[in-house]
Amino acid sequence: MASARRGSLKRYYDVNGWLFVTPALILIAIFLFYPILRSLSLSVYSGRGMMMKFAGFGNIVRLWNDPVFWTALGNTVTFFVIQVPIMIMMALILAAVLNNPQLKLKGLFRTAIFLPCVSSLVAYSILFKSMFAVDGIVNRILETVGIIDAPINWLTDPFWAKVLIIIAITWRWTGYNMIFYLAALQNIDKSVYEAARIDGVPSWRRFLHLTIPMLKPVILFTTITSTIGTLQLFDEVYNLTEGKGGPANATLTLSLYIYNLTFRFMPNFGYAATVSYVIVLMVAILSFLQFYAARERK
Amino acid sequence: MRAARTNRRISAVLQYALLGIAAFLSVFPFIWMGISATNSTADIITGKLAIGSQFMANFASFFAKVDVPLIMWNSAKVTLLGTALTLLVSSVAGYGFEMFRSKFRDRIYAVVLLTLMVPFAALMIPLFMMMAKAHLINTHIAIILPMVAYPFIIFYFRQASKAFPSELRDAAKVDGLKEWQIFFYIYVPVMRSTYAAAFVIVFMLNWNNYLWPLIVLQSNDTKTITLVVSSLASAYYPDYGTVMIGTILATLPTLLVFFAMQRQFVQGMLGSVK
Repeated sequence: MASARRGSLKRYYDVNGWLFVTPALILIAIFLFYPILRSLSLSVYSGRGMMMKFAGFGNIVRLWNDPVFWTALGNTVTFFVIQVPIMIMMALILAAVLNNPQLKLKGLFRTAIFLPCVSSLVAYSILFKSMFAVDGIVNRILETVGIIDAPINWLTDPFWAKVLIIIAITWRWTGYNMIFYLAALQNIDKSVYEAARIDGVPSWRRFLHLTIPMLKPVILFTTITSTIGTLQLFDEVYNLTEGKGGPANATLTLSLYIYNLTFRFMPNFGYAATVSYVIVLMVAILSFLQFYAARERK
Repeated sequence: MRAARTNRRISAVLQYALLGIAAFLSVFPFIWMGISATNSTADIITGKLAIGSQFMANFASFFAKVDVPLIMWNSAKVTLLGTALTLLVSSVAGYGFEMFRSKFRDRIYAVVLLTLMVPFAALMIPLFMMMAKAHLINTHIAIILPMVAYPFIIFYFRQASKAFPSELRDAAKVDGLKEWQIFFYIYVPVMRSTYAAAFVIVFMLNWNNYLWPLIVLQSNDTKTITLVVSSLASAYYPDYGTVMIGTILATLPTLLVFFAMQRQFVQGMLGSVK
């Protein structure tokens, strides 16, 4: 009797549970699972537009011999290898300073530093494009202050275009990462800091030996999400550096290359899908590393 | 003793200087946007940092080039409809995953989380082909649909649901409420601030969405503000005076939403870390 009732109650929960999650699961199946599998099946085809022929590993061979692909891959890796550590370090330092309980105007500073990640990627890219013009405000200020002698060609020099992209992403996302660190810091027992302070441990050592170790899980999380974000970089390079990928492909990213292959050049869905799986592979490897590191911690 | 106090004072000055510089650099592009909207293109690209007299001219020129009411309406429609549907479907799913003890629940949830890692670049070609086959190119439905079941928001609501008191749910059940009534009459009002934070996040994602609309919306009368501003700015010699009006219109709604809901938003972000 009792077990039968429990059985029907359990079924009641089951049915309702399924009803609540089903709409989302159907949509995820259609708009996430199906496309990701379709991408995989597309990658063994090649051809123009809808006229596709089976190509087997042909796309992978083409990928291997495609200098533009390697440039895009190299740029993408350069962006996250240089940008992510700079941004994470800056976000950490800002969060540590903002966490100081004696600090005044905390809310104002926090809001100001967080503000960039409210802006649209397109709008800020356009703003940066006008600010970093050859005669623009940034070169002007740098010259006035005496940091540079001659204006920098931010938009047309292959090296400086890369630097500009890095500056832009750093501006947009540092505050975002900082908020995660602030949240984590506020969950930390303050007495540890107080004790260290009373013992006369200088603030930079408190940062190095208390803050960073305690935030390790959050740092790992933000590093991975930032890296995945950089792997998908599109809006900024498209809007900052001429749509095609900047001077001499210097700012071409994998996402932009896929877009070009699909919608700008003679459309080749199969080859574009193959390039897209390079990103899938990189994200998968990075995520695996994250899980591995997380398990290590336990 | 005195050395320690001087040290502390130096450290305080350094901290304020650091925050001041960071805050200034963060805010400067917004100031630049405001100032530039009042200047001519020639003044903007030579870095004029003073308020000019061209605001009305720029404003008029932008409205002459762009059907502003239509474009803003397109953006508002995509954003508000998309945000409402995402919050509904994803919060229902988040609640479902937390409250029910269905078999396979954890395995299915793990798969949903896995989709968080799928980059959009790998989806866009098949999605585009799907939409073309369904004759949905140039429609706003095509923009909204793929974003409705948003794995991150499902995850966010499931995390937040852990804080929903189960006594409330049990009491409601004793009173004879059905599951969907419990959800809409009790869960939603109790989780107000969770919804507010999710609203800010999804609103910004939708309003600022660029790559997918760029692919799907090809006719001028369906385009959103980000697309229009981007195409105006991609000319070889962009008319920055005009473009600045566009960047302001593209940025203002998310700024307003952020400032209106800042407190709930920061709390929501803080909650998501726990």
